[in-house]
Amino acid sequence: MPLDLPLIFAVLMGVAMLAYVVLDGYDLGVGMLMPAASEEQQGYMVSSIGPFWDANETWLVLGIGLLLVAFPVAHGIVLGALYLPVVAMLIGLMLRGVAFEFRVKADGWHRELWNGMFWGGSFLASASQGFMLGRYITGFETGFGYVLFALLVAGGLCGGYVLLGATWLIMRTEGDLQKKSCAWARWGLGWVALGVALVSAATPLASDTMRHKWFDFPGTLPLLVLPLASIAAGIWVWRETGRIGNAASTARRDWAPFAGAVIIFVLAFAGLAYSLFPYVVMDRLTIWDAAAHPSSLKVVLAGAALVLPFIVIYTAFSYRVFRGKARAGLYD
Amino acid sequence: MDDALQLARTQFGLNIAFHIMFPTITIGLAWFLVYFRIKLMRSGDAAWGATYQMWTKVFALTFAMGVVSGITMSFQFGTNWPGYMKTVGNIAGPLLAYEVLTAFFLEATFLGVMLFGMKRVSARLHLTSTILVAAGTSLSAFWILALNSWMQTPTGHIMQDGVLIAGDWLEVIFNPSFPYRFTHMMLACGLTAAFVVSGLSAWRLLRAPKDTGALGTLRIGVLVAAVLAPLQIVVGDLHGLNTLKHQPAKIAAIEAIWKTEKGAPLVLFAIPNEKEQRNDYAIEIPKLASLILTHDIEGEIKGLEAFAPDTPAVKPLFFAFRIMVGIGTAMLLLAWAAVWCSRNKALPPRWLLWGLAGFTFSGWIATLSGWIVTEMGRQPWLVTGILRTADAVGPISEAAMGASLTAYAATYAAMLAAYMVVITHMAGKGAQAAKPLAEGMQAPGKIA
Repeated sequence: MPLDLPLIFAVLMGVAMLAYVVLDGYDLGVGMLMPAASEEQQGYMVSSIGPFWDANETWLVLGIGLLLVAFPVAHGIVLGALYLPVVAMLIGLMLRGVAFEFRVKADGWHRELWNGMFWGGSFLASASQGFMLGRYITGFETGFGYVLFALLVAGGLCGGYVLLGATWLIMRTEGDLQKKSCAWARWGLGWVALGVALVSAATPLASDTMRHKWFDFPGTLPLLVLPLASIAAGIWVWRETGRIGNAASTARRDWAPFAGAVIIFVLAFAGLAYSLFPYVVMDRLTIWDAAAHPSSLKVVLAGAALVLPFIVIYTAFSYRVFRGKARAGLYD
Repeated sequence: MDDALQLARTQFGLNIAFHIMFPTITIGLAWFLVYFRIKLMRSGDAAWGATYQMWTKVFALTFAMGVVSGITMSFQFGTNWPGYMKTVGNIAGPLLAYEVLTAFFLEATFLGVMLFGMKRVSARLHLTSTILVAAGTSLSAFWILALNSWMQTPTGHIMQDGVLIAGDWLEVIFNPSFPYRFTHMMLACGLTAAFVVSGLSAWRLLRAPKDTGALGTLRIGVLVAAVLAPLQIVVGDLHGLNTLKHQPAKIAAIEAIWKTEKGAPLVLFAIPNEKEQRNDYAIEIPKLASLILTHDIEGEIKGLEAFAPDTPAVKPLFFAFRIMVGIGTAMLLLAWAAVWCSRNKALPPRWLLWGLAGFTFSGWIATLSGWIVTEMGRQPWLVTGILRTADAVGPISEAAMGASLTAYAATYAAMLAAYMVVITHMAGKGAQAAKPLAEGMQAPGKIA
């Protein structure tokens, strides 16, 4: 049986995007939470993401790179349609990336300025990504309602990143900052719930294809697993943050809220993948229509099969080296 | 020229020129760090620790600038040049993917260990991480230069139903101009980093002449520059001959030779007059261009008229080439003078320190000039003989292009200013001001 290369690449690209959203999501979330913390706490927050953010952003380059390699026509259509939000996201990512390095080297009002850039850049990048997602899943339809929908998704995704960032901090910090993070996590969770609810309500209105996919009986019944599991994961995060926030509690699992947040993202991603498949541009272009020539797909697949295991291994190595609670200074 | 095309070219040129400045430093500086790290391991001297620490911070900052401006590049191909991906995506895509897979993850992940892991991993593992970061940056140059060289001198492809696919990947990667362009660029990276190292060290010595650590890094920097500069001249010449063979129109534009002639003169200076197809105010040395390019005093050199209408713009190539050669020559003289004046660990005279400090970022000017020559020299082609730049441009509206161009330009200007101020400031304070290393990390082989 010949390999279904476009399908394999769609899965690879999806995995890269999911990895990006979860990994850069937590460091963007930490960035957005910066203004809510004291100066000392900011030091811990930054050092908790310091060794990772570069590699996290590389997943975006891989995801976009796979789109470019495997579905070049879609790359042009999607990024052309999202031109300005892409520019906004890139400028956000640039500002926060360099602010991250500059703020360590600055003092006084300079440091405040770079802190502001770090926060602002993180927020701009997150909101642009959410906006793009909203535009993407509705097939770039024009009109006020669609833009409003994209803005809702932007709010939801920012909330999601805050949830990831806060739960990351719960896992990686102690004391007051950890306690604060529990409150932030619950706040983020609220935004996620609101975002997901609004998106779910708006989706059947926004797209016929998706309405049929989700609301035609009896196919709907097994699909109920996704929202129900998400709700369960949300409740789990809520309860675990309650335990950690309560000093008297002994059954603390610092990793649990982050795990819960990741589960919520994976479920939401699965739902999204189900909604879109087999389209790479909603209602217009399937993955088979848009795929590049098999000869180039094969050569990339061979490379990916060879190299990705190493990437996973040394990424795991890096997380092992920097395991445990964050230390005060970035270079400590 | 069409406005939308002009805007797209300006924006892409701005983005890629801004981006390449930082890898040019990090590709060379990474290997300096490997050397400093080995010195630290061998000697266990805290001064080497401070040196390593300070230069890793310069590296981290430069690397971050490269990463964030590089992400922009991965989006631009699709947004601004959809025709490029449509026609040659089956060649360009895999090369870019291999760059991400084999280089980007490697350097980004081990950079974390290199920067923040000194107290967490063994010295040996930390050195390994430093080496992997350096290998990653060089590997990334390998892939991107393979793609760029293929665009200049494409080989190994097959045309099928209006799109290109690879016939033989080895021929695609090792296309005729690749070995020359890759070596030329790697040497440029080494030179640029060497001047950053010696320039910033000189800046420190101007403020603190007794800083022996800074004198040490200055001597290493100028020594590397003194060795690489003459090599670069040889490689550059070979690269030029290779270009003459495969892209003769580019050479004709560089030398501002309008008409095919035997015994062509070398134009030292002139103002090329594109309208009248001649040089104004020319200062020439008779027969020399023929001698250099064909190694025959009466050799024939094809003029631009032979390639019309597919010729590149003459003025930018003519001047950029002369700027590159001029800076290169000045770098050579300065490096040799500095090696001579700093022999036996002597402090070079102040005028020379000022010269080196002034030349800190000279590699940028030379490298960017070189890229202007090679990229504008490929026009009107995007991929020589296969795809015209004008046929690849996307449908982005002029208003959107104007907005994005303005936003990028403002962001880049601010980032560049901040970068230059901060690293000069850091270097001025000296390596000892950088946070000292933890005890135990300076001895070889100890595990924290």
